[in-house]
Amino acid sequence: MYSIVAENLTKKFGDFTSVDHINFQVKQGEIFGFLGANGAGKTTAIRMLCGLLRPTSGVATVAGYDVKTQAKFVKRHIGYMSQRFSLYNDLTLFENMQLFGTVYGIPKAELKDRIHQSLKELQMDDKANTLVYSIPLGWKQKLAFATAMLHRPQIVFLDEPTSGVDPIVRREFWNMIYHAASQGVTIFVTTHYMDEAEYCERISIMESGQLKIIGKPADIKAEMGVDSIADVFVKFVRR
Amino acid sequence: MDWAVEIEHLNKTYPENHVTALDDVSIAVKPNELFGLVGPDGAGKSTLFNILTTLLLPDSGHVTVLGMDVIADYKKVRSTIGYLPGVFSLYPDLTVEENLIFFATMYKSKISENMSIIKPIWRQLLPFKKRRAGKLSGGMKQKLALCCALIHKPTILFLDEPTTGVDPVSRKEFWEILKGIQQQDITVVVSTPYMDEATLCDRIALIQDGRIIEVATPSQIIDNFEGSLYTLTTDNIFGLLEIMKQCTLHCNYYPNGDQLHIVFYEDAATMASAFQQFLQEHQIEFRNMKRIAPNIEDCFIELVKPK
Repeated sequence: MYSIVAENLTKKFGDFTSVDHINFQVKQGEIFGFLGANGAGKTTAIRMLCGLLRPTSGVATVAGYDVKTQAKFVKRHIGYMSQRFSLYNDLTLFENMQLFGTVYGIPKAELKDRIHQSLKELQMDDKANTLVYSIPLGWKQKLAFATAMLHRPQIVFLDEPTSGVDPIVRREFWNMIYHAASQGVTIFVTTHYMDEAEYCERISIMESGQLKIIGKPADIKAEMGVDSIADVFVKFVRR
Repeated sequence: MDWAVEIEHLNKTYPENHVTALDDVSIAVKPNELFGLVGPDGAGKSTLFNILTTLLLPDSGHVTVLGMDVIADYKKVRSTIGYLPGVFSLYPDLTVEENLIFFATMYKSKISENMSIIKPIWRQLLPFKKRRAGKLSGGMKQKLALCCALIHKPTILFLDEPTTGVDPVSRKEFWEILKGIQQQDITVVVSTPYMDEATLCDRIALIQDGRIIEVATPSQIIDNFEGSLYTLTTDNIFGLLEIMKQCTLHCNYYPNGDQLHIVFYEDAATMASAFQQFLQEHQIEFRNMKRIAPNIEDCFIELVKPK
């Protein structure tokens, strides 16, 4: 079963083609890495998949819903987290989760239980009433991820979730991603850390709006005769 | 020696947020050095840059830039330094060329005067000369910001996280530009959260939670690594991490792409073979287990791990 299907997905801005007929499928529970240089069209593609931007042509379904005609349903079934957008500093940990949980329409009584459960798993239950600004950045990233998962989305989009985070927390964060995927959540993730690309089940590399390569990291490396995804990346994105 | 930058026992807190941003920081930067401040977000890097560039007052401590006190001589400091802040700070409604003219004029200079310094970067911007700065791509915006920071021929250039969120290929390109700037007798002080960029600096300071963990050349930091680092490759790194919870050997371990890095502290060879036995007992498939030299990220992890 596929969580994401894109068929000839295209976005043009005037005469500039930002995303150019991309085709791919992501299986349920898969960790799918979406790589590419800045300006390659990744963000535009993600915005289309999240139902935030109308494709110029082509079709994409996310969680079984058409991103063009059923954007409202797409949004309900996905989670989203980025490095830039995380949480409200002037709310407590609990209040942040309560806010997002309410926006997603989780019933009140149930929401409280889910938040406590989630904070417990993060080992932050004693910090429920602490304001977010006073916790370390690495904690915030983990909390943001848990918040994006609170409404139990089928798919979660992570846009550079570990950018700037210290090397230890970065690894803890990937453990959380892996744990979520092992429970059946589909992970669609972008990163500029090439070691993180190796944690993905499959990766794709985008360049000038097109998907240049897609496959398992080990297969891609073997095919190209290189030792790391960093080498693969340089070969594809070299200008 | 006359230091390009001298920081002594610098402290800065933000009491309203109960945050100690800088905790007894002391660093000295040599003239014409490419000096890196390496640490994660929230480590205090931007606070330090704001103090060095006279934009923020410290609580205590002493800071000089090119021998000038950043508080008493702040005007002189400002006229001799270049600063590329972490956020885009040019005028989006001015064209590329107008921005450059504006900054040159602010320093009572003309763009023709110091064109030689920025020429290699400026050449890439020329096709967009008449475009508004706000309409440039991220990479081009940054190149323009760099030109504007250099157009008055500063003696020292501060760059706050110029490569954060930038893809690996563009990052590599940017570091080549920085090397070029250094070759024009400009001292370069640059911060980054990417550990792999540390090796491109002459010397680095590792910083976390407002404290300087170490200041040295990248190779000295690697030489000072306490322990023996081993690596092995596996097809199921997360599965292996689960099994590792049962490993009772005295070691530190963490994933690194498709590899597991393991640090042994005493009697490494014996430990390594005991570890291999552990893996075999748990029927873990692995390959290429060998001892390797650590990189800066390994060193950072070792230096900040809970004792």
